[in-house]
Amino acid sequence: MAIGVRNVTKRFGDFVALDDVSLAIPTGSLTVLLGPSGSGKSTLLRVIAGLEQPDSGEVAIFETDATDLPPQKRGVGFVFQHYASFKRMSVRDNVAFGLKIQKRPKKEIRSRVEELLELVQLHGLADRYPSQLSGGQRQRMALARALAVEPRVLLLDEPFGALDARVRKELRAWLRRLHDEAPVTTVLVTHDQEEAMEVADRVAVVNRGRIEQYGKPRDLYEHPATEFVMTFVGPVTRFGEAYIRPHDLEVELERGRGNQEATIERIVHLGFEVRVELSLPGGERLEVQLTKREAERLELLNGQRVFIRPSRVAEVEQDAPGAGIVS
Amino acid sequence: MSTHVQPGVAGRAHRGRAVRVLLVGIALLYVVVLIVAPLAGIVYYGLRSGFGAIGDTFSQPDVVHAFYLTFLIMLIAVAVTTVFGLAVAFVLARDRFPGKSLLSALVNLPLAVSPVVVGLMAILLFGRGGWFESFFTAQGIQIVFALPSMVLVTIFISIPFVIREVVPLLDELGMDEEQAAWTLGASRLQTFFRITLPNIRWGLFYGMALSAARSIGEVGAVLVVSGLLQGRTETATLYILRAFDQYQPEQGYIVALTLASFSIVLLMAIEFFKRRSVKAAGQE
Repeated sequence: MAIGVRNVTKRFGDFVALDDVSLAIPTGSLTVLLGPSGSGKSTLLRVIAGLEQPDSGEVAIFETDATDLPPQKRGVGFVFQHYASFKRMSVRDNVAFGLKIQKRPKKEIRSRVEELLELVQLHGLADRYPSQLSGGQRQRMALARALAVEPRVLLLDEPFGALDARVRKELRAWLRRLHDEAPVTTVLVTHDQEEAMEVADRVAVVNRGRIEQYGKPRDLYEHPATEFVMTFVGPVTRFGEAYIRPHDLEVELERGRGNQEATIERIVHLGFEVRVELSLPGGERLEVQLTKREAERLELLNGQRVFIRPSRVAEVEQDAPGAGIVS
Repeated sequence: MSTHVQPGVAGRAHRGRAVRVLLVGIALLYVVVLIVAPLAGIVYYGLRSGFGAIGDTFSQPDVVHAFYLTFLIMLIAVAVTTVFGLAVAFVLARDRFPGKSLLSALVNLPLAVSPVVVGLMAILLFGRGGWFESFFTAQGIQIVFALPSMVLVTIFISIPFVIREVVPLLDELGMDEEQAAWTLGASRLQTFFRITLPNIRWGLFYGMALSAARSIGEVGAVLVVSGLLQGRTETATLYILRAFDQYQPEQGYIVALTLASFSIVLLMAIEFFKRRSVKAAGQE
């Protein structure tokens, strides 16, 4: 186990940012802390890094108690949402900073920096200053800088949050490949469920200072432990009393057993996906997700009367994998 | 409609230009009459009696001592207000505590209080019958009518400059860069010298230059606490006052010109630092 968090509580004034949180992060994994803003996920990451002191509880890194260690001595690399580039230093000096602090030989520093710049694809830009880089380039520089000192644990605080959608997608695919090539234990904080699903081995869903569920992305999606997890990790629509994923509803043209009448209000074509908004006779609205091919086969029209049937019910499961506190 | 509007617009533009010319004229006149003219006067009177007089003036031990004292006080005041100013600036920018806004307001107090009042406060504290008088007398240390009180009041007057320049820079800088340096293994001290200081240095130098200018020019507060002991507690500004009192205006002019030249050099330094600071801030 690379990181062990035990019963950590952290308050800011009256606000409880972390409420008795426990979490065990396995060595070599890429774990995502997923939650809405203000849920405490960043605070948890900063507690692991030593940038915040918990009011109570313990943090262990590789089985050694680190609760009272300053950030300098924890062997963690940290990447900030807003890059935290050293503005007055060139890209090369930014990356070399940690190595210079360690007083490594000049020759070694030079070759290590070259190697890292190659890794993050910035080798041509070594003499530029951060202000001359794009957001994506700055964040890759920050990553190289954090990796330079060979941290035992890499912590990323919404690393792609300030970037535009296309760059964000590129970078997270790149990060995943990087992690597969050199599996440093990595913890990434995000509020973007798609990002979490795409990069994570394991996801901890954080809400109101607590971990609601901790498990594989697919388990969270298919066996959510709480309503919050159900609604946060994927799209949901209300069907009767329960939530259901919009792709778990089927549209049929004939009345049959177990299906229910509905009227099509709107059809949205999103390329491969077609989103159909419907209303039930009682006035309730719901949403169904179809593939382009299905929608074409059914030849749906606005205002058409159809019948819907849940294909499988992914309901909230109290005994779902990773529900409650995980130690 | 459009033909109707155009002459009006043109007329307004014309009037706009006239107002601008007038404003520039007023600004120029104001600066020339109130700043350039007196400066020219000092240069003229200072140099009128020739270089021989300048040599004579600077061979007087009183004059040499006055400049020595002025620069000594300036150095101590700048050093103290820089070190403590930085500390206060960090507290104001980084910490949250009850009474913070009060501290922030107090820091600016020296700008509002008349220097003569500042001198008087020092006399009340350290002079005969003052709160701290007996303590220092027992130690055999003379505060009032001696260097310590002159340094003290000059420090008091120069307190705000470094703090006022550095706090906004620290606010804007935030803590991300410093925390990044910590996680890379840099100690607090290393972080200060490698990360924080390079980010705030031009603003800091600007504040130090303002402090220096203020220290050199100080008259009122120093006048009250110095006791006017000729050749002992007499700074350059006090020497100028005495020179005029004793009908030796020539020497007064020369000392004044020297002091003014030094202030101009400082002013140029200040402008330089300010530009670097603005340029650095633009380097986001």
